[in-house]
Amino acid sequence: MRHLIATSDLDREELESLLALTEKFVEVSSRPIPKVPALRGRTVALMFFEESTRTRLSFETAAKRLSAETVGFSVSSSSVKKGESLRDTAQTIEAMGVDLMVVRHASAGVPRQLQNWVEAGIVNAGDGWHEHPTQALLDCYTIQTRLGSLEGREVAIVGDIKHSRVARSNVAAFTMLGASVTLVAPPTLLPPSLRGWPVRVTHDLDEVLPKLDVCYLLRIQLERQAEALLPSLREYTAYFGLTARRAELLPPDALIMHPGPVNRGIEIAADVAELPRSVITDQVRNGVAVRMAVLFAILGSAGDARSTAARSEVVGGESSA
Amino acid sequence: MAERERRITPPYGGVFVARTRVLDGEDIRRAIWRMAHEIIEHNHGLDQVELIGLQTGGVPFAWALAEALEQVDGKRMAVGTIDVAFYRDDIGLRPVLPEAETSIPFDLTGRIVVLVDDVLFTGRTIRAALDALIDYGRPRAVQLAVMVDRGHRELPIRPDFVGKNLPTRRDEMVNATLEGVELGEMAKR
Amino acid sequence: MRESRSVVLKGGVVIDETGERTSDVVVQNGAIAAVGPDLGGDRVIDAGGCVVAPGLVDLHTHLRQPGREEAETVESGARAAALGGFTAVMAMPNTTPAIDSAAVVREVLDLGAVAAVDVYPTGAITVGRHGERLAPMAEMAELGVRLFTDDGCGVQDDRLMRRALEYSTALGVTLAQHCEVASLSEGTHMNEGEWSSRLGIPGQPAEAEELMVMRDLALARLTGARLHFLHLSTRGSVAMVAAAKGGGLTVTAEAAPHHFTLTDTCCGGFDPVFKVHPPLRTADDVAAVKAGLADGTVDAIATDHAPHPPEEKEKPFDQAPPGMLGLEYALALAITELELEIQEVLALLSWRPAAIARIKDRHGGPIAEGRPANICVLDPREEWVIDGSGGASRSSNVPYEGRRVRGRIRHTFVDGEPVVFEGMAQR
Repeated sequence: MRHLIATSDLDREELESLLALTEKFVEVSSRPIPKVPALRGRTVALMFFEESTRTRLSFETAAKRLSAETVGFSVSSSSVKKGESLRDTAQTIEAMGVDLMVVRHASAGVPRQLQNWVEAGIVNAGDGWHEHPTQALLDCYTIQTRLGSLEGREVAIVGDIKHSRVARSNVAAFTMLGASVTLVAPPTLLPPSLRGWPVRVTHDLDEVLPKLDVCYLLRIQLERQAEALLPSLREYTAYFGLTARRAELLPPDALIMHPGPVNRGIEIAADVAELPRSVITDQVRNGVAVRMAVLFAILGSAGDARSTAARSEVVGGESSA
Repeated sequence: MAERERRITPPYGGVFVARTRVLDGEDIRRAIWRMAHEIIEHNHGLDQVELIGLQTGGVPFAWALAEALEQVDGKRMAVGTIDVAFYRDDIGLRPVLPEAETSIPFDLTGRIVVLVDDVLFTGRTIRAALDALIDYGRPRAVQLAVMVDRGHRELPIRPDFVGKNLPTRRDEMVNATLEGVELGEMAKR
Repeated sequence: MRESRSVVLKGGVVIDETGERTSDVVVQNGAIAAVGPDLGGDRVIDAGGCVVAPGLVDLHTHLRQPGREEAETVESGARAAALGGFTAVMAMPNTTPAIDSAAVVREVLDLGAVAAVDVYPTGAITVGRHGERLAPMAEMAELGVRLFTDDGCGVQDDRLMRRALEYSTALGVTLAQHCEVASLSEGTHMNEGEWSSRLGIPGQPAEAEELMVMRDLALARLTGARLHFLHLSTRGSVAMVAAAKGGGLTVTAEAAPHHFTLTDTCCGGFDPVFKVHPPLRTADDVAAVKAGLADGTVDAIATDHAPHPPEEKEKPFDQAPPGMLGLEYALALAITELELEIQEVLALLSWRPAAIARIKDRHGGPIAEGRPANICVLDPREEWVIDGSGGASRSSNVPYEGRRVRGRIRHTFVDGEPVVFEGMAQR
């Protein structure tokens, strides 16, 4: 693997091998010293053109637990604001000897564009409404550890699908692993076309809840009211919020998930978020191991062009030791 | 490290073709039996000793040694496994095998750890294993048991217990399993 | 004037609106001196296997000058036009400042006077193209401006558009509309549909264009004014224009090469070179535009040549400006993609747009003795591969990179001067 731009770029085998690798880093993370020298000497740039404290810290922790160097910026301190072109920014950072760029940007497609301009590996840490593949991986991993597998599972993704990179990444990943996905949202918060999306759609949350294995709630942006996509947040909560009453409709072992940060009392009731089957904290915890797996899969993979020289040296010299 | 990892690792990628059989299953059993005695003798019993097999080739030998030790001494040994994938100095050249898990079901601190591997060659895997081990605890001593020592060391590492010293050419391959030890080459697929 | 040397184009097939015949064409003193068999001249140019036709006319060119000279100048844009076989281009008014007064019209006319091809400024309908107050159309018309548009955006206000149309009727000019309802298109960057949903890019529906086409057809009916639709891109728009024409309304329409060659799937790699307004639509829309060009619903092919320097197109998709180049590729794309006879392609690119621009006295008229020698000579069979960085434009935002096309300009004559000779720009 050279890059991770979108879950829709992965095939099932790649997805499963990343989840298997995650398992190893969960073990590493559980050690008294949760750090391995795997990526010693490698440099990971954390390029956050859009602020995201959680994702940035998660990637940074992952890189450090692999002994990689990290450099980075977030938009408030970057020259991007001063009008430097994206290409110049990326090439300048690469020239400093960066092996991998973790990119978060408010605009869809930026990681894909950077891929054309630099040699470094690119990991998409969320681009506009497009994709957030490491979120999908950590969600798959969380479901797998709780339910064994996604095969044949019923998953509902509830809320603002239209503006959600998490939804796009998760639909691709969940269905690839054999789950059936139902989108639950008011029509204004669904993408204008769902052609090619392997999903069912409903506007009735109560109807789907009793058969779910996973109820995945998306964050609702407060500004959606102003765009006339919703009459009010109160009305949204009334029809699409996971209230205590609705949580009762879920099967007892169904999981409640949310990519965070949670708007308590809007998409999910405060007491529901605290239920034992709400695995929101698991998601955050697994995020670090998943991101370790992704960084290692790219920088530690046999396909990395940079290690060609080292490899030819090893051909004669290394064997069973 | 097992030969099978090399087989699926570019650019080795090929099929192991055996030329000569150096040890057969019976020879292996005898060697393990002898090594078990040496371990007990060297450590004045097994009270302080823990066994850890290196993933993936060393693990079957670690289990075989544990069995032999139990027969000789009567003490049932737990066997730990360790995967050194994240500690290697040649990361990027080896695949990470999902089944190669690290599991150390005992506290290492203050104990004598016997690391068990199939073939000792350059010594780099053992170097990585020593680094990995330190992250799990602080053993009093670490000893090394290998079924085959084929020479060509690149690091100052020597085994404490050896099944068989086997002179080899650098480009040869050694395949060591409980069924026997074969010397051969890698053929391109 | 001293007699200049005569040039004879020998053995070509002459195609114009009157028909097609094999004939020699003699050019002298800026005009066509003779058309017929076995003609001689001071200089003989072999046109065997080539088509000799009236120069092409682009109704829709962004020359960027004044104000955005890093993207294009009148000079470089005119050179690109000449290489594409154009002898006349309509310079769109969305410059900085906008062409919304006699002063800016004069500036562009001056710049055009020394350019390779004839440059006709178009005027803005509203001051600064802000859609608030009418621009002084009469003073601009007096300088020869025949086409008025706020291109880049449509005139949103219904009442203002009505007044503009009414006012234009006294001036004998045509209003050209960029149809896009802002309230449906603001903040969007591509066509709304399967691909925008997949990519997570805000899209605008076909209806953003169609609603304005619908309104303007109604206003054209109300006012009796001449109205031209710029770059129609949807099946619905083509159908409405067809119905209006069937009902006797005198409206005209154009389509851009990218709207009959590319679809919104091109945006899949997030390359802003494929970002344009109106956006690339679906395969069904492309089919409708092609059908409209074939059946005459759409009168002309217009390039919407819109240069942007690399640094502008290296922005994120949603921040990059819309637009793509077209002058050097329009003819070849039309020949390759439209499955039309050469004469029909030339009608779409030469005499019909010349009629809309009302410059037929100089461009697009028949190849006949005494006419101005604004001519292009093309080899309709030459195959070539488009190389976006190899063009004459200052910019290289070409969405057809690597595409194999057929049909290439050999020579372009403007007032008898070979501004392009053997495929090379001469000035």
